[in-house]
Amino acid sequence: MVSPLRFEFGSSLPQSAGDPHPAGNNLVLEARSVRVWYGNFMALRDISIAIQRNQITAIIGPSGCGKSTLLRIFNRMNELIPTARTEGQVIFNGEDIYADGTDPVEIRQRIGMVFQKPNPFPKSIYENVAFGPRINGFRGNLDEVVEHSLRQAALWDEVKDKLRHSALALSGGQQQRLCIARALAVEPEVILMDEPASALDPSATLKIEELMRSLARNYTIIIVTHNMQEAARVSDRTAFMLADEQRAGHIIEYDLTKAIFTKPRDQRTEDYITGRFG
Amino acid sequence: MNTPRRRLRQNIARLFYWIFLAATLVGVLTLTVLLIDIWRDGSPWLDLDFMNSFPSRFPEEAGVKSALFGTIWLLALTALISFPIGVGAAIYLEEYAPRNWVTGLIQTNIANLAGVPSVVYGILGLALFVRALALGRSVLAGALTMTLLILPVIIIASREAIRAVPPSIRDGAYALGATRWQTVREQVLPAALPGIMTGTILALSRAIGESAPLIMISALSYIAFLPGGILDQFTVLPIQIFNWASRPQPEFRGLAAAAIIVLLVVLLSMNAVAIYLRNRYRVQW
Repeated sequence: MVSPLRFEFGSSLPQSAGDPHPAGNNLVLEARSVRVWYGNFMALRDISIAIQRNQITAIIGPSGCGKSTLLRIFNRMNELIPTARTEGQVIFNGEDIYADGTDPVEIRQRIGMVFQKPNPFPKSIYENVAFGPRINGFRGNLDEVVEHSLRQAALWDEVKDKLRHSALALSGGQQQRLCIARALAVEPEVILMDEPASALDPSATLKIEELMRSLARNYTIIIVTHNMQEAARVSDRTAFMLADEQRAGHIIEYDLTKAIFTKPRDQRTEDYITGRFG
Repeated sequence: MNTPRRRLRQNIARLFYWIFLAATLVGVLTLTVLLIDIWRDGSPWLDLDFMNSFPSRFPEEAGVKSALFGTIWLLALTALISFPIGVGAAIYLEEYAPRNWVTGLIQTNIANLAGVPSVVYGILGLALFVRALALGRSVLAGALTMTLLILPVIIIASREAIRAVPPSIRDGAYALGATRWQTVREQVLPAALPGIMTGTILALSRAIGESAPLIMISALSYIAFLPGGILDQFTVLPIQIFNWASRPQPEFRGLAAAAIIVLLVVLLSMNAVAIYLRNRYRVQW
């Protein structure tokens, strides 16, 4: 039985102390009363959550509680699902990204995403990273962007001699770091990560987690994870989600990660992190 | 132990092995006999003169030049017209069309159109292209008719190739701020292209053997010139073969066999290209 006190916390960055419900200039993203439907099925109800700049926010919860759906409302990826419908506001740097006339294409340039299963394009390593800048009309030294992005993703040393090789020949962990480099190449402010390490072995997982900590200096990261140890290790804040009787997901508790894992206020949070269900 | 029963079961098992083997061999053996027979009849006539001569009343002077060039003209023009339309329709159906009953109806109809007898397309081509659009018995009218014939096949093959590109690739492109068209052009189409090319070539190799629709639009069997443009008259190999095979003199039967060999060589090389493309460029996800 894992005691909540036995989690190790990411100690490389100071946890911002005090106010568990931040407000003001340090907010980069804020969901206000968001609801999501797939057809007639309500997948998320009344989601309100504020995301702090340059922090890592983890979203945890059992399968089917709507974690991934919540992540995908932040860059409007959800609307690519034909029956999906979203209500409410998502404020990004003061503007509602769901307001009429907002272009989802522009939103996705500024809020990048890394998926659960590494999904490199079936092209060369170089082309994978260069794709984003290229389609966004980048006029400059593409080689520099590719190198810089790969360095940031801690992949450069492993691939610098085979940039023209197929990305599909890389290992799973390398592919995932390539996908992170690909996301970084368009210089987003926020990076959404949907269980980025769940398909990887432990050593590759460790690399991804170290990478997240170093990226948090320049980026805001929101990560969905199944793995509570991972949330405890890497994140500054944690939101715990559950599905209600109608299977609609909602947030039970959102606080500093340390608080969630040591003194959760809700019994259901405590039951989940101590492994009693989920 | 029930030994006689077990022996019976073993015998039945053996029997079915032989039945299935025989079923396989029927096709293979028939084809082999056919090929040998055609080669025996046709090879004496097969030489450069045969390839380089127009048809003639005199068997020694007759050749397939006009039919071969007509076939090539027809195929090239058909490919040029049907490829963009077929791929465009497949892209629309897979990447743009809403998933509703109208789209479902269109898809069902395309699948049914692929099974319509070719002579029906010939009648349509005769009414629409030859008469209504007054294109006459031209290569263009023939190519348009053939396009109608193979479009459903190209659309179905292209859709399958496009659908084989994993959704995660599209997600990856969209998440980087790609528009729908950028996603299709830069990621989906390049990954699907080998499959699309293979399907198109196989559809064209269906068209190359068709004679019924072209007889309907009255492609001629005696042409002593080469088409110089898309509005010229033409003939194709299957019609030339049909014409020679239906003559009473045995020499023309030899000519027909020789023309069949030419047709088979064209056909098999196209299929070889399709197989090569499929194996060389297929992406292993």
